[in-house]
Amino acid sequence: MKPSNFDYVKPKTLEETLTLLGDGGRDSVVLAGGQSLMPTLNMRLSAPDLLVDINGLDELSGVKLEGNQIRIGALTRHVEVENSSVIAENCPLIALAMPHIAHPAIRNRGTFGGSIALADPAAELPACICALGAKIEIVGPGGDRKIVAKDFFKDLYETDLKDGEIVTAVEIPVTSSKTKIAFDELSRRHGDYAMAGLAVNAIMEGKKIENISICFFAISATPVLAEGAAGILNNGILDDDSLGKAIQQLESDLDPLPDLYASRALKMHYAKELLKRNLESWMS
Amino acid sequence: MSKFVQVTTTVNGENVSRSVEPRTNLVDFVRYDLELTGSHVGCEHGVCGACTIRLNGEIVRGCLVLAAQADGGVVETIEGLSESGKISDLQDSFLTRNAGQCGSCTPGMLLTADSLLEENKAPTRTEIREYISGNYCRCTGFEAIVDAIEMTSKKRRGGS
Amino acid sequence: MVDSNGLSIHDRPNSYIGRSVPRPNLSRLLKGRGSYADDVKLPRMVHVAFLRSPLAHADIVKIETDKASSASGVIAVYNGKDLAKVCSPWVGVVTHLEGMRSPPQNLLAVDRVRWQGEPVVAVVAQTRALAEDAIELIEVKYKELPLAVDMKTALDDDTEVIHKEYENNLCWERNVNAGDVDAAFAEADVIVEEEFQFGRHTGVTLESRSIVADYDPGEEMLTLYQSTQAPHMKQALFAKHLELDEHKIRIICRDVGGAFGLKAHAYGDEFATAAISKILGRPVKFVADRMESFLADIHARDHVVKGKIGVSKAGKILAIEIDDLTGIGPYSVYPRSSGMEVNQICNLTGGPYKFDNYRARGRVVFQNKPPMCQYRAVGHPIAITVTEGLVEMAASAIDMESIEMRKLNMVADDDYPNKTVSGIPLENLSHQASTDKLMEMVNYKEIRDEQKKLRKEGIYRGVGFAALIEVTNPGPAFYGVGGAPISAQDGCSVKLDAKGNLIVGTSITEQGQGAESVISQVVATAVGITPDKIKVISGDTENTPYGGGTWASRGTGIGGEAAAKAGKVIRDNVLDVAGILLQSEPNTLDIQNNQVVNKSDGAERMSVAEISRVVYYRGDTLPKDFQAEMMAVQHYFPKSYPFAFTNSVHCCHLEVDVNTGFIKLLKHWAVEDCGTVINPQNVDDQVRGGVVQGIGGALYEECIYNEQGQLLNGNLADYLVPMAVELPDIVVGHVESKTFESDLGAKGAGEAGTAGAPAAIMNALNDALMPFDVRLTRQPFTPQKVLEALGKL
Repeated sequence: MKPSNFDYVKPKTLEETLTLLGDGGRDSVVLAGGQSLMPTLNMRLSAPDLLVDINGLDELSGVKLEGNQIRIGALTRHVEVENSSVIAENCPLIALAMPHIAHPAIRNRGTFGGSIALADPAAELPACICALGAKIEIVGPGGDRKIVAKDFFKDLYETDLKDGEIVTAVEIPVTSSKTKIAFDELSRRHGDYAMAGLAVNAIMEGKKIENISICFFAISATPVLAEGAAGILNNGILDDDSLGKAIQQLESDLDPLPDLYASRALKMHYAKELLKRNLESWMS
Repeated sequence: MSKFVQVTTTVNGENVSRSVEPRTNLVDFVRYDLELTGSHVGCEHGVCGACTIRLNGEIVRGCLVLAAQADGGVVETIEGLSESGKISDLQDSFLTRNAGQCGSCTPGMLLTADSLLEENKAPTRTEIREYISGNYCRCTGFEAIVDAIEMTSKKRRGGS
Repeated sequence: MVDSNGLSIHDRPNSYIGRSVPRPNLSRLLKGRGSYADDVKLPRMVHVAFLRSPLAHADIVKIETDKASSASGVIAVYNGKDLAKVCSPWVGVVTHLEGMRSPPQNLLAVDRVRWQGEPVVAVVAQTRALAEDAIELIEVKYKELPLAVDMKTALDDDTEVIHKEYENNLCWERNVNAGDVDAAFAEADVIVEEEFQFGRHTGVTLESRSIVADYDPGEEMLTLYQSTQAPHMKQALFAKHLELDEHKIRIICRDVGGAFGLKAHAYGDEFATAAISKILGRPVKFVADRMESFLADIHARDHVVKGKIGVSKAGKILAIEIDDLTGIGPYSVYPRSSGMEVNQICNLTGGPYKFDNYRARGRVVFQNKPPMCQYRAVGHPIAITVTEGLVEMAASAIDMESIEMRKLNMVADDDYPNKTVSGIPLENLSHQASTDKLMEMVNYKEIRDEQKKLRKEGIYRGVGFAALIEVTNPGPAFYGVGGAPISAQDGCSVKLDAKGNLIVGTSITEQGQGAESVISQVVATAVGITPDKIKVISGDTENTPYGGGTWASRGTGIGGEAAAKAGKVIRDNVLDVAGILLQSEPNTLDIQNNQVVNKSDGAERMSVAEISRVVYYRGDTLPKDFQAEMMAVQHYFPKSYPFAFTNSVHCCHLEVDVNTGFIKLLKHWAVEDCGTVINPQNVDDQVRGGVVQGIGGALYEECIYNEQGQLLNGNLADYLVPMAVELPDIVVGHVESKTFESDLGAKGAGEAGTAGAPAAIMNALNDALMPFDVRLTRQPFTPQKVLEALGKL
């Protein structure tokens, strides 16, 4: 299928972009990497009046180390994040996740900010930034603001973004020498959206765990932080007993949504299995 | 804003300028506006890889990029890469190893393989399989394609 | 065809038979220079797109198209009634499947829709995009009807009957009875029963169905650029239903981007495209997009089979019984019918084995889903999975190695010709030799030792086998006797040009499997001309002999033999001229490497190019009573056997993650016997590609429907086909048992991979899970099903 027709404009500045998006009379959509937007247009699942192509906004692109934060511009392509030494050294969780995102040709176009703003429940990056306690920078008609990642994802493809706002960057705290991470997902075919996935970020000294964030994706409508399970593990020793309890706690922490290939029970089983096999590997 | 947008771009080394509907995607632009029919359309939702095209030196899904986004850019298709001789050794390996059957996936597969070999001079078979995992082939079962890419990589390393 | 010296094509010097010559047409495809139907652009060409039914069963109350008709770029809008005036409906029944019934089917739905995706309105516009824009402006009012979706309840009394002219939803039923099944089961020491399920899947050719129809009212001539497997069949069908003269229809089928059976059928949208071209008198293009392909291409499989086997303590098969049910959508597909898969299942079950008692029932039912029809390896994966699943279970029940039980029951290689239990003749098969070869390739003992060791570590690997017979080279018994205009014979024309090159026309078609390469190699060998001097033309009804095309693994065996015969005639004709010019007896001469040589010592006498020159330009130097004939056409079809059966045996080695239910294929081996192998590399890749489609059915592919008959995964992201990372390397071996029907001795090789892989995978999966005492028999074997079987959910 071909998309319904739309107007196309490629602003040169952020101000111009916001003006275009702020024109309430038109149904406008931001075109960043386009790797999820274009299929929905091609299938005529959405038919906006105007595409605002932000690919000319160079200031939104790039990975920078700023003190103890990494700042990833919203327009930074997946391939750039994947190959970034700053990311590899300071945020290995993201580095681990990148190869799981679709395929090379998609990663050449798809953007970090686009993945966050789309909020696909099965996407890797929203879960990673939730686990990492990242902040999302937003610019809109009402000015700039920042929001903690876990508060950004509201519901299925629904975020805290208001009309006329765009994501400009994500700020991620750099890891410390004691940071322990895990990233894992189960997908039928390499590069597919996961049937279930897990991103974990913690501080670990010996077997003692602190500040653990356990975030699941492809389980529910949004990335889900398993806070009960994290509470069980936090400030304790990771052993079979505590892990067993944390796994059991997932029954309360998670409310899986079934999809075409996975029932609710399977999703729950996978969540437990992912937590088990990844944290067990921390014990060995 | 108007019903058409002007796209001025370099395609396979030639400057082209066309007025197209904004909704025209890059693969439809090269196929129907420029008559470069070597790039194929397999799904129009970014899954099959048959429409793989090089844009500004990187492979992209031709159905997930608008022609308008190629304005001012450099586009290379299977026709250009064939005529320049850039991938002739890869094409030779595909021929020798029978790594194309119906030919639908073949141009996209070749562009993807070329991109892999630019990034990784000595990929393992597993790395080859991972890199082409976004390119559907319904005929070969992929093994011949993996063989042909591996052959090319070995030849390039062993050769001049 | 043996020549005067008692030599056949296999004795030719410089033979290209059995050599992995690169395919001549692949270079073009590698450079992006293929020519597919969607690449065709004609003056004044317009595009058609279809509004399809969103509902699986509903009355059409009203179709409102005024807004669409006046939309930008729109040229015409047609509904089903409009097009029915130009193109007559068809009936997808073949008479030799006795008792089969299916009502007339219109191109576009008239008054009622019967599946989600059935075309309802055709919109013609300047571009495809504009046609789609206009489709959004059409309003169709439907009145929903009760549904018959699930084939298992399609015959129930309280299920909606889809066609009011019938008393129920039965399309066809076949029964087979051989021997005394009840007595044999009574005698059996062990009886094993199981129900097997096979998901509904579809072909997913990467090039979707495509057609450009160009009607010239001046000549009353319809030229169709079509992606198809059977140009002459299509020519006959278009002529019949559009009321045109057959000789004024030309089908041009250049490159075809995969077919796998799905492009051998008549589709309403494609005929509508031709009908519209006839109405408008200008070229019209239709290219199915991927989303509509999932709803409008034929689907395949979708069977539930109850199977039962009785064996003796010693492992002898005494009886097999099957009861197969399949749902085929609301119509039997034209012109091949949707009964063939069930027919094949009834014919093929138990195929490799010698046993005397067999009962089969196959039922084909109508339902509100897309039409189901022949797709690669028609019926085979089902018959073979049922047979080999039962054999595996029986072997386990009597504590016998299943491969030993297979060997014990296989028809011995020296016991052919033979017949299947239901009486189908089998000419020359090699189950024993093939199994021996497979066991040489598979390091079976090592796999079993490793299996034991790994189980202790919680790693579950399994190994599974499947032996099979495959139908290839079908004769007129397949379709022709049932009244379908489908030729079982093929032709080949060979023309020597003025420079000693050969222009070869073949009626078989190329969809990537190497048909043109096969023809080139056979002609090169038969004549003595090198392949670089041979140009093969296929896929053009105006420029090739009449024939069936390429489907049912028939191209090489039938089209190849016609090529061998035509090549032989040209060689003889060239040598007649050479004899005159060289004043030698023609039978002392031969052609090798483009030169006429002495048969005795191979000494070169003159070039074939020189003979061409004399024949075409200096006929005055030849005797007055001699006329050189430098073009020959020969035809062939199998006469002694209705089919040339082949055999194959597979082994699959896999690992199951019992915590996730994921199945990792480690390796797959297949030994197949397609008779004479023309191009070993092509054959190996046919088997590999086939195995992978079998893997698709076994592990990934399924059209998932809800109770309203709505397809839930009709896109390429949600319908899973096997991809590069998840596939194993596939090792292929050959045994060559020629068919004696033809000089070439070739049988088909296109489907053995797809036929055998699912059964081997199922058996390997169940072998891996043996310690848990569970069995999976419902394909596709998804992680969900594996974990459910293991009781983990």
